[in-house]
Amino acid sequence: MPAVSKGDGMRGLAVFISDIRNCKSKEAEIKRINKELANIRSKFKGDKALDGYSKKKYVCKLLFIFLLGHDIDFGHMEAVNLLSSNRYTEKQIGYLFISVLVNSNSELIRLINNAIKNDLASRNPTFMGLALHCIANVGSREMAEAFAGEVPKILVAGDTMDSVKQSAALCLLRLYRTSPDLVPMGDWTSRVVHLLNDQHLGVVTAATSLITTLAQKNPEEFKTSVSLAVSRLSRIVTSASTDLQDYTYYFVPAPWLSVKLLRLLQCYPPPEDPAVRGRLTECLETILNKAQEPPKSKKVQHSNAKNAVLFEAISLIIHHDSEPNLLVRACNQLGQFLQHRETNLRYLALESMCTLASSEFSHEAVKTHIDTVINALKTERDVSVRQRAVDLLYAMCDRSNAQQIVAEMLSYLETADYSIREEIVLKVAILAEKYAVDYAWYVDTILNLIRIAGDYVSEEVWYRVIQIVINRDDVQGYAAKTVFEALQAPACHENLVKVGGYILGEFGNLIAGDPRSSPLVQFNLLHSKFHLCSVPTRALLLSTYIKFVNLFPEVKTTIQDVLRSDSQLKNADVELQQRAVEYLRLSTVASTDILATVLEEMPPFPERESSILAKLKKKKGPSTVTDLEDTKRERSVDVNGGPEPAPASTSAAVGPLPAFAFPNNPCISAGGFEFVCKNNGVLFENQLLQIGLKSEFRQNLGRMFIFYGNKTSTQFLNFTPTLICPDDLQSHILGPSPHRHITKPVDPTVDGGAQVQQVVNIECVSDFTEAPVLNIQFRYGGTFQNVSVQLPITLNKFFQPTEMSSQDFFQRWKQLSNPQQEVQNIFKAKHPMDTEITKAKIIGFGSALLEEVDPNPANFVGAGIIHTKTTQIGCLLRLEPNLQAQMYRLTLRTSKETVSQRLCELLSQQF
Amino acid sequence: MPLLRLPRRETEREVTGERAEGAAQCLPCLSHFPSSSSSCCPQIRFILIQNRAGKTRLAKWYMQFDDDEKQKLIEEVHAVVTVRDAKHTNFVEFRNFKIIYRRYAGLYFCICVDVNDNNLAYLEAIHNFVEVLNEYFHNVCELDLVFNFYKVYTVVDEMFLAGEIRETSQTKVLKQLLMLQSLE
Repeated sequence: MPAVSKGDGMRGLAVFISDIRNCKSKEAEIKRINKELANIRSKFKGDKALDGYSKKKYVCKLLFIFLLGHDIDFGHMEAVNLLSSNRYTEKQIGYLFISVLVNSNSELIRLINNAIKNDLASRNPTFMGLALHCIANVGSREMAEAFAGEVPKILVAGDTMDSVKQSAALCLLRLYRTSPDLVPMGDWTSRVVHLLNDQHLGVVTAATSLITTLAQKNPEEFKTSVSLAVSRLSRIVTSASTDLQDYTYYFVPAPWLSVKLLRLLQCYPPPEDPAVRGRLTECLETILNKAQEPPKSKKVQHSNAKNAVLFEAISLIIHHDSEPNLLVRACNQLGQFLQHRETNLRYLALESMCTLASSEFSHEAVKTHIDTVINALKTERDVSVRQRAVDLLYAMCDRSNAQQIVAEMLSYLETADYSIREEIVLKVAILAEKYAVDYAWYVDTILNLIRIAGDYVSEEVWYRVIQIVINRDDVQGYAAKTVFEALQAPACHENLVKVGGYILGEFGNLIAGDPRSSPLVQFNLLHSKFHLCSVPTRALLLSTYIKFVNLFPEVKTTIQDVLRSDSQLKNADVELQQRAVEYLRLSTVASTDILATVLEEMPPFPERESSILAKLKKKKGPSTVTDLEDTKRERSVDVNGGPEPAPASTSAAVGPLPAFAFPNNPCISAGGFEFVCKNNGVLFENQLLQIGLKSEFRQNLGRMFIFYGNKTSTQFLNFTPTLICPDDLQSHILGPSPHRHITKPVDPTVDGGAQVQQVVNIECVSDFTEAPVLNIQFRYGGTFQNVSVQLPITLNKFFQPTEMSSQDFFQRWKQLSNPQQEVQNIFKAKHPMDTEITKAKIIGFGSALLEEVDPNPANFVGAGIIHTKTTQIGCLLRLEPNLQAQMYRLTLRTSKETVSQRLCELLSQQF
Repeated sequence: MPLLRLPRRETEREVTGERAEGAAQCLPCLSHFPSSSSSCCPQIRFILIQNRAGKTRLAKWYMQFDDDEKQKLIEEVHAVVTVRDAKHTNFVEFRNFKIIYRRYAGLYFCICVDVNDNNLAYLEAIHNFVEVLNEYFHNVCELDLVFNFYKVYTVVDEMFLAGEIRETSQTKVLKQLLMLQSLE
């Protein structure tokens, strides 16, 4: 094995480094450096030409001096000269100096690029490697301009050495990151994907990074990488530990490559090809199984490498979020790690479980670990681990465990590290608000927050409690009583004074009947805190006082005396002085009626996103606030008891869909709801034209055959169908150029009595309400005809039925218990209430019809998954007929509010 | 002192004691970095090797930083990492990123990556790197890195390039280094 002794090769350098190390003081070091700089300068300027060795040595010394933190303003030219040396060691020092010291705007860049060009063309793998590393290290735009065309060629050339390919792949990656516009996509891209099959695992390792980055930006172009990555991964994870020889690390086969491949797969949704998908599932299962096997080595390197792959596999499972079995297994595995003796593993398990908690499949499984997590909060020594525990508690919180989690967080807050207090306060405030069933509990929680960690309670938090109390009249009396009691404490936090002042000013009258909290007592209590408070709080209290004047005429004179005192009227602070003067005057001149109007109770606050949540997002950065929090926010809209955002269409869209007006001609819209539960039929018919449909749907894809029939005996001319499609529903026509409009495959002339056919391919990108519009223009006789119809592509077409047991059904039903996830409609039957027809309609709607699930056999229960390109949305439905009243009650629960609404709306029209 | 007396990290660390708890207080909250997790950013932002006194033994930057910023980062990393003890994880949140670090004798090997990156993979990448150094320098010690700083860069470039892991096979890396050595 190679061994290198101290500074071999360059004795002078070793001596110089020793000298520097022996310097007793900074001054001595600077003196020695200056001496050396003078020496080098004189050598460089000297008449005698320096040989390569000396040049290398001096450039290397300069580099050392620079790395010590001193400026270097010469030697660049000598370094560039070294680049054209034929000796590796000289070239290497030259390139190193340039990589470390030359910035991109240097005038030398032309010379450097020239040298790099020569080395790239040299066919000497060592020199090519140095040149590629230099480009990868500097990565300037100038270099991208010069080499972005050349590097891909080197990468895919058949005769390039493996090690050069590795460097070229990553060098190209660097150029692509700095200047994506300069890296031309071309033939090389498909060949790059095939590097995943390369025999040399080092090449695969480097190429995978490149492909991952390219795939993030151009997913379509690199789609083929998915199956290649899966088969490569499969070969690695199923290999015996000796198969991969050099790439086996402590008995783990190619751990870093496995991690990279798993990351590449995270750029894509689950593979569509069932074979690929099956193979990937097998890989993931193998990885999970291996975690249960006894370790092949006791070394921490072994377990770390193995777990690196395991955690990445879990990330992929979470990313796909489609295999409940894998998700639950992942959760159980992480559960074991929660109690592992390695702190690293406990930390990572907490972190990873946080994301698992947001999957509907594993949320419940995560919740079973609540006690372990709470224990971690109490016992972990590393604050960052405790922080992860807080994050996980926050993520796993729902209505069922909110009280326990909030209580634990509050008690942890008493001893929590200062660094994370504010975040915990925000989280407690959000959870308490989101999951408050009992608003007395909410008020107690926030007051506790202020008591325990008043300094960390930001304005957003106490504003919020006031907004909520004002918007919910059932809690106002309790809030007034509670703040009044809390204010009795001899030392209370100023934030409590603010909340107390505001709430008593609004709702003090609700507790004024009790002699222990009579108006005067309330006032004296608040005023006893007044002088200890800051100016903004005192200003707030003055407003409370004037509100008291309105609420309690009996304390009017007391308050006027306070306002009239010099400390108020002549206060040095302008705001306080102005308030005192104006309030005093108001209380004196205004009649009771005017006072009552001016000082009326605050109107309810308009609902908006919780300002606390916004603050948490800002604090944690958008990347770390998970989707879960967004979905949770959506579900919590009604917390203020304010009107729920009216679902735009539940009540309105009954009857035919709105017609699309076109100037020339009466335009007829058909379609309506009759195609919701069927896929074939006549979409439109008038005296001239008949449009028939046949369609089929699978997962998020669909294909529709449109038949245009000319009912007349005369030709239609310039027959032009056009499809107008909302963004979230991609639709295009099968044919040579898929994204072109519908016109392409249809002959502009349709003979009398003839029928022409057209195919539309549809992809559901995300859930939608608006259907695409088919516009047809043609000439008949002398007149111009224009017809627009909505194509009956509705969200339920992308349903896949799901069979499940009664127990599963009700468990999921309960999980979707947030008010926003449920949409209910009670409506009158428009058709005879026939059981068999209803069943057929539910099946036609796309969901599975679940028998023997509902305890009441008269009810209908269904389940299915809506497939869109980006997500899959689980849907449960229940239809309860009431024969006497000739009414139905339809309830939809899905994980997405808009989906619940739309499905309910569509299905309600069918009965 | 050789870096790799024993490969188990538990035994290499000394407990630094009561200051450790304050670690998180040193964490600056705001980032001066460009925003994270964009595909235009390298996975590894930088690699640092520092000794306990804070002297830098290697600094490899995979993003553009100006010199002042580099100096600030070096100091912050030192402050964040050296207060931690063996009971702590090998990971520290750092601005909007995280440092994965491992201590060998008096040296801290630190890799700064994106918060979403795989902690254990980088932790073992460090160890893999140290084992290569150990073979290459025959029981590597801090002084080897000082006197052969220009060779350490070569080792790094063989194993990490453009902020990505380039080669993980110790055999392949050492073979290549040996070949380069023969070109002296």
